[in-house]
Amino acid sequence: MRESSAVRWTRRVVLTLLTIFTVLPLYVMVTSSVKPLRDVQGAFRWIPTHVTVRPFIDMWHTVPLGRYFINSLVVSGCATVCSVIIAIFTGYAVSRYRFPGRGTFMTAVLSTQMFPGILFLLPLFLIFVNIDRYTGITLYGSRLGLTITYLTFALPFSIWLIAGYFDTIPRELDEAARVDGAGPMRTLFRVILPVAAPGVVAVAIYAFMTAWGEVLFASVLTDHSTRTLAVGLREYSNQGQVYWNEVMAASLVISLPVVVGFLALQRFLVHGLTAGAVKS
Amino acid sequence: MSTTVTAPGDAPTRAPGAPRRRFRRPGRALLPYLLVLPALIAELAIHVIPMLVGVWMSLLHLTQFFIRNWTAAPYGGLANYRVAVDTHGPVAKDLLHSFLITVGVTAVVVALSWLFGLAAAVFLERPFRGRAALRTLFLVPYALPVFTAVITWRFMLQRDSGMVNNVLSDKLHLVHGHPFWLLGGNSFVSLVLVNVWRLWPFAFLTLMAGLQSIPGDLYEAAAIDGAGFVRRLRSVTLPLLRPVNRVLVLVLFLWTFNDFNTAYILFEQPPADADMISIHIYNASFLTWNFGLGSAMSVLLLAFLLIVTLVYLGAGKLRSRHA
Repeated sequence: MRESSAVRWTRRVVLTLLTIFTVLPLYVMVTSSVKPLRDVQGAFRWIPTHVTVRPFIDMWHTVPLGRYFINSLVVSGCATVCSVIIAIFTGYAVSRYRFPGRGTFMTAVLSTQMFPGILFLLPLFLIFVNIDRYTGITLYGSRLGLTITYLTFALPFSIWLIAGYFDTIPRELDEAARVDGAGPMRTLFRVILPVAAPGVVAVAIYAFMTAWGEVLFASVLTDHSTRTLAVGLREYSNQGQVYWNEVMAASLVISLPVVVGFLALQRFLVHGLTAGAVKS
Repeated sequence: MSTTVTAPGDAPTRAPGAPRRRFRRPGRALLPYLLVLPALIAELAIHVIPMLVGVWMSLLHLTQFFIRNWTAAPYGGLANYRVAVDTHGPVAKDLLHSFLITVGVTAVVVALSWLFGLAAAVFLERPFRGRAALRTLFLVPYALPVFTAVITWRFMLQRDSGMVNNVLSDKLHLVHGHPFWLLGGNSFVSLVLVNVWRLWPFAFLTLMAGLQSIPGDLYEAAAIDGAGFVRRLRSVTLPLLRPVNRVLVLVLFLWTFNDFNTAYILFEQPPADADMISIHIYNASFLTWNFGLGSAMSVLLLAFLLIVTLVYLGAGKLRSRHA
């Protein structure tokens, strides 16, 4: 197939424009994070005139970023571990067993993805406040409450992705394991999981990204001591002055781990994320 | 959703005629339910029960006096719904305005995200140097945590120190002076811009995967018949992408329509022209602590989304039957 020069030029122009569009915010984030405060408060400059690493040091003092970091890590980490474990069991059941209610269950799980978060937020807030009142278990304002909430956010997609990965593993492996006398759980942990490891890691990254970036529930269900990064990043301002260089430095540090993780595992994730749409 | 997506595992697993797997012990029949149980409990606890509670709350006069003692809140029947839809009152007027803004933002964002995604996917189809790098680059906005991405845009859209005014006004002289981007009518444009930046990579991803499933010889055949680039796009690519598009557009629609994060971080208090409905309900609930009214609005929002989704899926089914 020969490509006409008109098409070639259209392609170059379109891809260039999309590249500029994509890169601009990333460029601004990186260059502004090494500027002194007065340079981000004045007119925008493309090339930083005074390069400094101060923002990367000061950002930990202006706002208790370290605490927010730990809160985010604990909440996202626990939510990820829990949701991946739950998704592994559920995915195994869905992939390897035909049981009544299976289709309904999968549809119901997926349809929770379409509900507006605001719909659960108010009742959940109220339920948490009242559980505290009647049982003394603190969910509102605690990391536990946020962890439980986040683990369900990643769950629907995680279940679909993991069940999809398990489906690609030939059933002959299960049969062989059974012949060797392994029960269903042994088969799952000794045979299926090792083969599906890259998929499970990709799902973990997805679950972590979901929790790491969540704002709405974090802004309502946390208090001063349990605040996560998503809420804490807004505190780099006082009396109308915003420390934009520190905001950008913090954003860079917050983003880097998940972006690197995502890009490293994108092959597995992309396959799973798009499989649902392509299959239909 | 069951009509659009095949559950994993639905592919035929046994060769025809192969013996049916039987369960040896009766306990085995219970095993799948035990495996599913944790997920079921989690979904019930965080999604299903709060949703039902939300519906119930919408029927109560649940104001600030009853937050810690909500069982004492007086039953109000459909009173909250009446307040939410009676367009003579200020509450319903604002809600309707917010709804229309949300519809507008969603329509533009979905259209542009899809268009950008399609353009990138089509133009990255044939191999060239730097293709893998571009592909990875285009995924970065999708991988960035939403709040860091949006706060960067917030910085770029600042009136005096932002990059956007620097480019548009000082460099290209496209606009006169330094307009506000986070206030007034421009806030609509800003919100669309940021949403598209965040969403189009997902459209790109999905469409790219969709294109890979189109056999190359179809293009060969079309090319031999003398079909040019545009013709091939219209007669081969787009029709074969239809099933992918159907799900993609629905997902983009639901994400944008329900979006809270982008507008919340971009504006803190969104101006009237960027008053997304999730934030509107959030403010209506937490500023006045009238959770009953807020719940009624949320239920109306869910009802709208359900109807749109069902009509959309139903219409798609009818069309594919007649196609």
